Amino acid sequence: MHEVSGPAEVRARLEKTGYLVDDGLAVACFLALRLHRPLFCEGDAGVGKTALASALAEAMDAPLIRLQCYEGIDASQALYDWDFPRQLLHLRAAEAAGVTDADRLEGELYDRRFLVTRPLLRALETQPSVLLVDEIDRADDEFEAFLLELLSEYTITIPELGTLRAQVPPVVVLTSNRTREVHDALKRRCLYHWFDHPGFARELAIVRRRLPQVTERLAEQVTALAQALRAEDLVKPPGVAETIDWAQALDALGASEVDAELAVATLGSVLKYREDAERARGLDLSAILAARET
Amino acid sequence: MNGRDGSHGGDGRDGRSRGEGGDEVGQGRSVDASAVVVGFARALRAAGVDASPDRVQAFLGALDVLDPGARSDVYWAGRLTLCGSQDDLERYERVFAAYFGGRPCVAPARSAPPPRTRTVLRGAGTVPRAAARSEDAVPVAVLADSTDVLRHRDFAELTAAERDQLRRLRAAFTLRGEARRTARRHPARRGAVDPRRTVRELLRGGGEPVRLRHRARADRPRRVVLLVDVSGSMGPYADALLRFAHAALHGPRAGGAARGTRTEVFTIGTRLTRVTRELAHRDPDTAMAALAAAVPDWRGGTRLGEMLRGFLDRWGRRGMARGAVVVVLSDGWERGDPALLAEQMRRLHRLAHRVIWANPRKARPGYAPLAGGMAAALPSVDAFVEGHSPAALERLAAVVRGADS
Repeated sequence: MHEVSGPAEVRARLEKTGYLVDDGLAVACFLALRLHRPLFCEGDAGVGKTALASALAEAMDAPLIRLQCYEGIDASQALYDWDFPRQLLHLRAAEAAGVTDADRLEGELYDRRFLVTRPLLRALETQPSVLLVDEIDRADDEFEAFLLELLSEYTITIPELGTLRAQVPPVVVLTSNRTREVHDALKRRCLYHWFDHPGFARELAIVRRRLPQVTERLAEQVTALAQALRAEDLVKPPGVAETIDWAQALDALGASEVDAELAVATLGSVLKYREDAERARGLDLSAILAARET
Repeated sequence: MNGRDGSHGGDGRDGRSRGEGGDEVGQGRSVDASAVVVGFARALRAAGVDASPDRVQAFLGALDVLDPGARSDVYWAGRLTLCGSQDDLERYERVFAAYFGGRPCVAPARSAPPPRTRTVLRGAGTVPRAAARSEDAVPVAVLADSTDVLRHRDFAELTAAERDQLRRLRAAFTLRGEARRTARRHPARRGAVDPRRTVRELLRGGGEPVRLRHRARADRPRRVVLLVDVSGSMGPYADALLRFAHAALHGPRAGGAARGTRTEVFTIGTRLTRVTRELAHRDPDTAMAALAAAVPDWRGGTRLGEMLRGFLDRWGRRGMARGAVVVVLSDGWERGDPALLAEQMRRLHRLAHRVIWANPRKARPGYAPLAGGMAAALPSVDAFVEGHSPAALERLAAVVRGADS
C-alpha cells in the first residue's frame, strides 16, 4: 500500500472495486488514509457505510478486519485473551517432562503463542489492514472509552508482554446507526462523514455497476421508482441496498423493464413495513415511470 | 443533486469542481490561512457547532494535504473535521456559505431535520392555554403551583415545602426498567459450567481439579424512555413531571447497575427535544435551568402524533425504543390528526416492550379518555395510569419495574 496522492486517486481506486464515491467521501477517505484518522460514518441503513470498509480494503489491497459491536462487548472479546486450556496443557506437559525450573515455566506461560488475538489486536499486528468497527452505538460507554485510547495512540498494552505498537496504523472505519449518541471525545478523534441517499445519476451508476447483467432500462426505472419512494413519507425509506435488491429481484423474474403491476408485485424487496407497502400501492407508480420516459 | 440526469459516469453531485480554476477560496488575498481558519471556526462556534481547538487543528492538518485553492476541498475538509453530528451539517452549510461567500457546495441534506433548538420562546397564555381552561373549568394542580413555575424558574426561591417535596421525589423514585435476560453470562451459584473460571481455578490449584464454577444469564433492567408533554394544557404538571424524570435519571442504582441502558428523556409539544443530556446535571435546579434553556416550546400546542413520528424515525426505530419501556406523560390533548397519533402509537407498541401512558387528568372524577388523542392512543397502550400526585408517580415507577397496572 503506497501513499495515495490525492482524493482523485482514492476515488479511482475505489471505483475500480465497484464502489462509487462522491466528492465528499473521496476527500474523507483520502484524509483517513493520509492523516491516519479514523473515519466515523453515520447515515441511514443501506447507504453503504459498511460496504465502504470492504471497498477500502480491496482498493488498498489490505485484509479487512471486522469487529461487530454489541451490548456488553469487552476487552477480552475485542482485544486479546489468554488461552487458558493451552496454558494448562503446557503446565501438565512440563510437569510430565520433569521440568522443575519454576521461573522459566512461569515465563513461558505468558508467551505470545498462548495469546488469542481478537480483532483490534489483529488489526494492529496486520500491516496494512482496514479495521471496521461496526455499529459502535451498540456497545456500552465503557467500551467507547477503551476504543478512544486505542484509536488515538494505536498501541495496546498487555501487562504480561508489554506495549504493542502498530508501525503503520490501520485504516479505521467506524459506523453508527445512531441508536444512541456516541461520546464527543471519540468523535473528536475521527473524521465525521454523514452518508446521504445518492441522487438519481449516482444511484443509477451504482446499480449499473453492481448489477451489470440488468438492462439499462430496468435499472433506470427501478432507480426512478426508488427515488420517488424515498421522497414519500415512509417509515423506512429504501436505501441503495434495497434498490439493488429490487433490480436483482426483477432481473431474476426475467424482466427487462418494469410496469406498475410488476413493481407492486415485487414491492416486498424494497419496502419492509406493511404501512409503507400500502402507501406505495396508493401511489401512481405508472405516472412515475411515465415521467421517466419523457 | 436530486434527479440530475447525467451521463452515468459515477460522478454525482457537483462533478469535478476541483481544478476548474475560477472557483477558489481566498484567491488573491495574502491572508494567513490559519487566521482565516480560526475566524471560520469562531463563526461556526457562534452558530452552535462545537468547533473545538483540536478539531481546528485537524482541519488545518487536512488543508495541508489537500488543495487549499479548491473550494470543494476546503468545504469537505472542514465538514469532515469540524462537524460532529447530523445537526451540525446544516449550520456548517450556512456558515460556510456566509463566510466564504458564493453558492453552497452541496444542497443541504434532504433528510436533515430542522435545527432542534430555536431561540424564540413562546409567549405565555396563547391559544392552548385557553383550550386548557375551556377543557375543565377548575384546574386542580396537585403537584405544582399553577402559577408559571416553568416560565419564571427562579429556583433560588423555591419554598421549603417545595424543596422537601423534591427530596421526597428523589428518594421515592428509582425508575428501573423491567428486567430482561441478556446475552452475557455472569458467575452464578448454579447454571452451566463456566469453563473459563473453572480452568482458572484449576490453574490456581496447580492443575488439580478443585470445584466447578457456574455461570448463568444475567438480568439487566430494560431501557426506560420518558416522553414528557410540555404543552400549555400540561402546564401545571410539566415541571413536576420533569423533576420526576430527573429523579428517575439520578435515583439510587439508576446510574450504577443500569449503566449503558440509561433512562432517556424527551420533551414533546410542538417540537421534539432530547433533554437527557440537560438533565444529566446531578443538581436538580441546575438541570432544570439547562433544560429550560434547551426546550423551545414550553406551553405551546401539542402535536403528539407528529412528535411521536419524529421520535420513532430519528431515535426509536434505530434502537432506542426497541425492547424498552416507553412512558408517555401527557394528557392526550392532541391538536393534530388523531389518526396519525393512532398509527404512530401502533408503531411504538410494536417496537417497545411495554407502552405506559401516564395521564395526570385521569384522576379527575368523571374523567373518561374521550379526548381525540387519548382515545386514539389507548388501544396501543399496555398500562394506563394516573400521574397527578407523588403517590401516582410512585405507582408509575412500580409499573415501569414490571408490576401489574
